[in-house]
Amino acid sequence: MPASSVLSDGNLEISLSEVYRGSPLGPGRRNLAGKSVLIAVFTQIEAALCLIDLDGHARRLVLVPPDVRTEALSAIIRDAEVDAIVCTDPQSYQHLGVPSLFRCHVKCDPNVPLDGRCRTEWLMLTSGTTGDPKIAVHTLAGLSGAIPQYQHTTPRPVWATFYDIRRYGGLQIFLRAMFGGASLILSRPGEALADHLARLEAAKVTHVSGTPTHWRRTLMSAASNHFHPSYVRLSGEIVDQGVLDALRAAHPGASIGHAYASTEAGVGFDVDDGLEGFPASYLDAPRNGVEIRLVDGALRLRSGRMASAYAGRPDLDLIGDDGFVDTGDMVEIRQGRCFFVGRRGGIINVGGLKVHPEEIESVINRHDAVRQSRVKPRKSPILGAIVVADIVLSRSDDDADAIKQDILALCRAYLPNHKIPALLNVVTSIEMTAGGKVSRQHA
Amino acid sequence: MSARLMIISAIEQVAKEQNKVLRPLTDDMELLDSGLDSLCFAILVARLEDKLGYDPFTASDDIEFPVTLGEFFAVYENARRAA
Repeated sequence: MPASSVLSDGNLEISLSEVYRGSPLGPGRRNLAGKSVLIAVFTQIEAALCLIDLDGHARRLVLVPPDVRTEALSAIIRDAEVDAIVCTDPQSYQHLGVPSLFRCHVKCDPNVPLDGRCRTEWLMLTSGTTGDPKIAVHTLAGLSGAIPQYQHTTPRPVWATFYDIRRYGGLQIFLRAMFGGASLILSRPGEALADHLARLEAAKVTHVSGTPTHWRRTLMSAASNHFHPSYVRLSGEIVDQGVLDALRAAHPGASIGHAYASTEAGVGFDVDDGLEGFPASYLDAPRNGVEIRLVDGALRLRSGRMASAYAGRPDLDLIGDDGFVDTGDMVEIRQGRCFFVGRRGGIINVGGLKVHPEEIESVINRHDAVRQSRVKPRKSPILGAIVVADIVLSRSDDDADAIKQDILALCRAYLPNHKIPALLNVVTSIEMTAGGKVSRQHA
Repeated sequence: MSARLMIISAIEQVAKEQNKVLRPLTDDMELLDSGLDSLCFAILVARLEDKLGYDPFTASDDIEFPVTLGEFFAVYENARRAA
């Protein structure tokens, strides 16, 4: 492990060689042996150090993203059989009745080796917006199954992610950095995007990952003008041609790829040809250990990277009878290519005709002047619902009315009438969820 | 602009956008013969709600959907008086 690789969030910087020499959690870690440990620390860097320290030592690691509601914790503790919590502020967790509370105070102790032999389960919360979160059970072997074998490349990459590493997309980047012995630059709670981008630039970050929504925000930020990574990766939402082309224009020298993954199904596949969707040939035969099929238009995956079950929920089937995970992501095949059209549950019903908002957004986003769009239903006394669109323009000084007419013309060229937005509203921003996705609360 | 003129202008706009050929707009023309389909009317009602501030079809449960263009105008005029 080269001494130069670091984990950093700007406040705390710690070399990986130091981490691997002695436990970041110190002697107290012995109390966590064999336990189901909820990791509820304040910062991503603390979470990263807990994961390194406790894999192989704890029975389970339960990753709690920062936006999880306090009321949801009781159900998580019950379902994941949590008997220890590692946190920044134990007082806030006392009322939950968990036997062991451990305050995380990072200080690598060379006298406490990182020994561990148990096959730790890694538990991740799914990003569903309603009800108690479901908890997908993974192992490190499954989570790291898509990561290329460690290769000593020079110069070594410097990774960053706009995701939180306590979510599936972010955890992939954490693991890629760690398995490659590379540095990882993390964001801090509440850090402004401009400050985050300035740190990524200063740290000479080369490899960056985020959702299309994250990337559109960077494209809208003046702070991104000097930031030129060599590898740009998108996942977590439908990647449309508009955002790929905008990133290509902003980062002409970069390699730009998108990946399909979900918390339940694991990493599915990468697409590196610069085009939205993926080749239909991916459906023909297993690729890199992943089988892909469409059933009633929905994408199903099977691989060694799938979660095994939902913790504490034997009533829910994570894996179907056919051995595949049904992702609920709807796909259409057109001219030899598969295109994501939306979520099964996100359909808008326009007078009995089904509309996926994402399909319309991908057409709107092709317009040069559009940075982002969100299609949503509007109640109609005549058809039940019609579709309307919010649009964020790339430049605020553009002629909004002329662009609206252009967009409608584009929609008319590519979409049937019931999918053409009845109204276009120019807005300054579109709400983003904590997971970095377009907020779709209507769904 | 009167509600009537605003409705006519919105009808023409929707017809153009949806590539529909409009028949001459007279009060006794039946809406189903106007050249507009139900999607066009749904869009029209949403647009008018944004312009006028009310949607007479949602505001009242006992409203009957108008058959002629004249009745359509009347529904909006009655709603404006009530608003």
